[in-house]
Amino acid sequence: MPDLYFGATDEATDAERAAVAEAIAGFGPVVVRESERLVHAGRARTMERRHLLLPALHALQRASGWISPGGLDHVCGELEVPPAEAYGVATFYHLFTHEPPTADDTVHVCDDVACRLFGAVDLIDDLRSEGHHVKASPCLGQCERGPAVMVQRTGRDDLTVTAVDGGPVTTAEVAVAIDTATSTPSVTLPQAGPQAGPQAGSDGLRLLARVGVVDPASLEDYRAHGGYRALEAALAMGGDRVIAEVTASGLSGRGGAAFPTGVKWRGVADQEGRPRHLVCNADESEPGTFKDRVVMEGDPFSLVEAMTVAGTAIGAEQGWLYIRGEYPVATARLHHAIDEAYAAGLLGDDVAGSGLRFDLMLRNGAGAYICGEETALFNSLEGKRGEPRNKPPFPTTYGLFGEPTAINNVETLVNVLPIVQMGGEAYAAEGTERSPGTKLFCLSGRVNRPGTYEVEFGATLRDLVDLAGGLVDGSEMRAVMLGGAAGSFVGPEALDMPLTLEDTRAAGASLGSGVIMVFDQNDDMVDTVRRIAEFFRDESCGQCVPCRVGTVRQEEVLVRLGRGSTIDDERDLLDDLATVMRDASICGLGQTASGAIRSAIELGLLDGMGAAGGGEGEGSR
Amino acid sequence: MEIEEADVIVMWGSNARNAHPIFFHHALRGVANGARMWTVDPRRTGTAKFADHWLGLNVGTDIGLAHGVAREIIAAGLTDDEFIENATSGYDEFVAFVEPWTLEHTSEVTGVPAEAIRDLAHAYATADKAQICWTLGITEHHTGVDNVQSLCNLSLLTGHVGRWGSGLVPLRGQNNVQGGGDMGALPNKLTGFQDVEDDEARAKFEAAWDCTIPPAIGWNLTQMFEAMERDELKAVYCIGENPVDSEADAKHARAMLERLDCLVVQDVFMTRTAEMADVVFPAALGWAESDGTATNSERRVQRMRAAVPPPGQARQEVEIINDLAAAMGDDGWGNPTPEDLWEELRTVSPMHGGMSWARLEAEGGVQWPCPTEDHPGSPFLHGRLWERPVGGRRAPFSCVEDQPPLDELTDEFPLRLTTVRALDSYNTGVQTEHFNSPIRTGEALSLSVADAEALGVVDGERVAVSSRRGSIHMTVEVEEHLAVGLCHTTFHFPETTDINQITSDAVDPKAGTAEFKAAAIRVDKLSSEGLPGEGGSGEGLPDGELVGDRA
Amino acid sequence: MNETAVSVSTMVELTLDGESVRVPEGSTILDACRREGIDTPTLCWAENLTPVNVCRVCVVEVEGSRVLVPSCSRKVEEGMVVATDTERVRTSRRMVYELLASSVEMDRAAPEVQAWMDHYGARPERMGDRSEIATQAQPVKVQDDLYVRDYERCILCYKCVEACGDDAQHTYAIATAGRGFDAHISTEHDVSLPDSACVYCGNCIGVCPTGALAFKTEHDMREAGTWDESRQSVATTVCSFCGVGCNLELHVQDERIVKVTSPADHSVTHGHLCIKGRFGWQHAHA
Repeated sequence: MPDLYFGATDEATDAERAAVAEAIAGFGPVVVRESERLVHAGRARTMERRHLLLPALHALQRASGWISPGGLDHVCGELEVPPAEAYGVATFYHLFTHEPPTADDTVHVCDDVACRLFGAVDLIDDLRSEGHHVKASPCLGQCERGPAVMVQRTGRDDLTVTAVDGGPVTTAEVAVAIDTATSTPSVTLPQAGPQAGPQAGSDGLRLLARVGVVDPASLEDYRAHGGYRALEAALAMGGDRVIAEVTASGLSGRGGAAFPTGVKWRGVADQEGRPRHLVCNADESEPGTFKDRVVMEGDPFSLVEAMTVAGTAIGAEQGWLYIRGEYPVATARLHHAIDEAYAAGLLGDDVAGSGLRFDLMLRNGAGAYICGEETALFNSLEGKRGEPRNKPPFPTTYGLFGEPTAINNVETLVNVLPIVQMGGEAYAAEGTERSPGTKLFCLSGRVNRPGTYEVEFGATLRDLVDLAGGLVDGSEMRAVMLGGAAGSFVGPEALDMPLTLEDTRAAGASLGSGVIMVFDQNDDMVDTVRRIAEFFRDESCGQCVPCRVGTVRQEEVLVRLGRGSTIDDERDLLDDLATVMRDASICGLGQTASGAIRSAIELGLLDGMGAAGGGEGEGSR
Repeated sequence: MEIEEADVIVMWGSNARNAHPIFFHHALRGVANGARMWTVDPRRTGTAKFADHWLGLNVGTDIGLAHGVAREIIAAGLTDDEFIENATSGYDEFVAFVEPWTLEHTSEVTGVPAEAIRDLAHAYATADKAQICWTLGITEHHTGVDNVQSLCNLSLLTGHVGRWGSGLVPLRGQNNVQGGGDMGALPNKLTGFQDVEDDEARAKFEAAWDCTIPPAIGWNLTQMFEAMERDELKAVYCIGENPVDSEADAKHARAMLERLDCLVVQDVFMTRTAEMADVVFPAALGWAESDGTATNSERRVQRMRAAVPPPGQARQEVEIINDLAAAMGDDGWGNPTPEDLWEELRTVSPMHGGMSWARLEAEGGVQWPCPTEDHPGSPFLHGRLWERPVGGRRAPFSCVEDQPPLDELTDEFPLRLTTVRALDSYNTGVQTEHFNSPIRTGEALSLSVADAEALGVVDGERVAVSSRRGSIHMTVEVEEHLAVGLCHTTFHFPETTDINQITSDAVDPKAGTAEFKAAAIRVDKLSSEGLPGEGGSGEGLPDGELVGDRA
Repeated sequence: MNETAVSVSTMVELTLDGESVRVPEGSTILDACRREGIDTPTLCWAENLTPVNVCRVCVVEVEGSRVLVPSCSRKVEEGMVVATDTERVRTSRRMVYELLASSVEMDRAAPEVQAWMDHYGARPERMGDRSEIATQAQPVKVQDDLYVRDYERCILCYKCVEACGDDAQHTYAIATAGRGFDAHISTEHDVSLPDSACVYCGNCIGVCPTGALAFKTEHDMREAGTWDESRQSVATTVCSFCGVGCNLELHVQDERIVKVTSPADHSVTHGHLCIKGRFGWQHAHA
């Protein structure tokens, strides 16, 4: 729209131009030169295309390994985005590079709380000494097989590297992966063995029933395993009835906030006459969380089907699936599943012959935890910086593009399939009264069989740890990080707490995203807690003062604790930081950035290690 | 501003982005509120880049395009018949007059695709609230007044006038052009736009001022120069005008001023005109060194206040004129303050009657007409056209002829040069050359890619630019997407590049405005022998120095 | 425009610090506070810009809300119960000042900023020794003769970005880049201002609350120790460079214009000018 200024001295390369053209295909550039006497452009055309900025930036990064000035100017010219604004967007994300690349491949190694227990820091050193370009990364969502490694490649699709034996990845395996000629991540990863998940093929599973059983690349196989029966049922019963069943089921959001799904859907469905959207939040980035990845990799069609059920029920004609950029396998499998669904008439103008329209667009994040916050995710999809919005207004009335939007987590959505098939009431009969149904938990740390586990609500922490084979030999439970970095630490005394919404809430904890990360007596908890503080500092979007500066000051305090300062010295400041972040931050990131740290202090986890001794008896339960 | 609530905004011959940036803020707010914007301009200007649709017409074919739009509105049945019936005159003649302007014919004349003309016509006519804004792209033609009238026809056809959010918006180039007119600085008007030829009005002023007012209409600037040429005008008192630099045919202007017996110049700068003067009165700067008022484009009268004292011998203009009157033998004027003068003005100009000095201070500004002290001022004019029956005179349709620019394109002068404005400079640059603008790029002749190729010239190359009136050297800037045959340049740096040596000397006989927007020129490559056909006489010329003979 | 007929608006009743008050529908809590004479600190809010509610210094407590809410952007609702001076509010406001003042230079912020810091007892020094904690310390950017950008004074209030962008100038020469504590105002690839889209309207400087953006005239005088606002007068006049009628506030010290601003409540400019209005004054002293 505006009279833009393009100052880059370098031109975009042919590869960059081609990649950008592909990324915006179907929309085309903003400016249409009908002739030298007639040009169409303008605000409306610009606004309609702004959401292409993020895919276009991905295209640049992939084409040449960085966001080059010439490439950025080219994207800005095509989409009429001011270069300064596009630069602001590009620099928001960790996966975009702003210096000319020194290598074709960048190896991202997770050194977050779980992976650093298993040699992540050493692996980083080793890879660097072997000449790889390495970036230490926040949680890559592969905590069951840490240290996690993802390779970002120029001109080819990214890869996750997994060890064949399920153990820690070696530098040799990374080197082999980099040299692999395949340009797309395998859509036929072995389903047997450790990749399939510890519960693969077990009876009684609902959300994980097909994971490790079905061929994730085959629509036919998906159908053979019961796929698309829920959509058939949903279309037959109609949107209102679907929403009524979901409401009756008591299903609540599995992303962490536990908002009743039926209420959310009703709110959007009621906005008749306005364009509505369904967004699936697959930006799973909470440290310790990998359940959505497991579902997407193992049973991608179930998510496509669930989104179709949800979208048609609430009257949304447009669905958006936002998968974090660190999940190349899930991305490839969902792309494939969406293509297959379109080809089979299960998406598009006339979903399964119903006359209803539902289009599904897949978008990738680019390395920003904050984009898992729903309004930040909207801004990210819209091609803006992933900064959360102030609420109200809420997404049901003012969501994506300012239009009514239902945004649900992957796990939440796939729950809809059994609900539609068995009925809301039957679903509600399982689990506990206030936490009906089943729940996915992500077990990691010092357990024998880390992985994603599905259990009926009501199972205790001990049940889950046992399911994961108990603690490894020689380990004695010191603490469990429950719910993720935004959750809290609990001690062994919490082992018999049922992991329901109501029981955890009563204990002052939270289920969060279902993280159960087990630490033992030898783990350096000061380091762990400091890493959590570092995580929030790195992942703060920087918009509001309490979080932008508060997370920095909080981390500084924890560094000081590691260097001999005592809790007593820092207590007032930590309290005030916690208060201002919790009370005055714009979004949940800042509001929860001190929770785990405070619980660690209360549990006395920081006593005696690094910090001066002296018990903090008051904290123990 | 009203434009924030418009549904369709047509920027016609206006690069407000550069020339009226703060007005454009309001226009863009309108766009953000959902308005669609069309721009009509030979160039895709900064303004045009914000528009939904840019129509690049041939220079000087505005009337043709307006007629084409009008005919389409009529043919498609999109006229506001009730409004036309009640508030206008001459409709039937107008319909017949524009009948030949079919989309095809209009497209042929203007160069604009027929479909785009149709779209503009339909969008404008069917909008709830639509505005047409123009600037010098409309008025700096020998048909300037006709151009304006052709746009007025569109508003009369559709009733887009005299209502909140709709209207015709001429954007003024100076802070007090409107105010000058308000005060009677027009050859045919007394203060408050009262006709000089109106005996009753004259009598009122004569009584108030105790003097006799000549009953005949005076000369406009162009007519003054013609009168100088006929030696009928022998003495000029020139206040705040720099015709040596600003007249389209500068050579001619200079020659005429040299013929005068007496030239008195009152200015804040020692301009090139002042350098020619017999007497110079150095004056205080209006906006920073004087108290007074200015009236903006939306007829808002606002206070100007002195912030710093005038330098050296410079004096307040009121004092200069006062002392001059005394020296000429009339010492009865006293020493009025600006406030005294304003309060006197209110007694003779009904449209200012309600604007007391105190109100201007308190309210920051009031829009005329404001007849009484309890009147809030008027955000828009011509509301009377919506009264039933219409209040006052009906608004006439104007059957104005489309005429090409007078400076014809020929084989010898095949390129059309139009003058434009840069964001950071003002007119002849006298007031804007004193700050070091990081975005100032200096003067250049912008050429289309095809023309540059045909001429064998490249970006940054020095060339000779000649018109029927003179020749100067300029630097070429090749502009992508510029229409073939079109060139443009600013004129902010007369000291180094004297554009007005080559611009057209054609003027609009009705308004006296020069046709700065349309000169016919030729561009020649400079060879080591100097200018073609001049046997090396142009060798080593400094920027913009005259090549032709100089009067 | 002040003449626009304003329809008689519906009133909303709410409780503000225990008092029942009625304010027009669509007002923000901040509007309501100001109507009722409840002084409320702001940093990122300005009357001529869209609220971005990022500084969080105007937060208040609203009954039923788990967290504090920004008064600058939250609209009043019927029956809302608002408290502006509770312990929670005071703590958060104090902490916002402490967090900011521990990381940026605040000495050129408006005088009321220091007054509010005193009011809430802000002690930024308790965040730690400046040399040992993260700050925004960095060299000042002087890249032309008109502007100075001194980002160690930047509190990231987004005002300059808004003034450069959608709220006024629509030039978009600057935006927020980076993330978290590294978030900063930048041109694309941090190119110098003269190499950017900047058109030097000065509207970013006009809205900067902390002196991070300054006119070079002011910066030079401050550096020379001659800047003295107590010796300055301000005259409001009309710009001479076109017919739009922008009001200019000429700031004069020792009979010389030292900077030009425009009133934020002027219906023509809303406080915003163009390069000619902002810097074209220099011919007065030519």
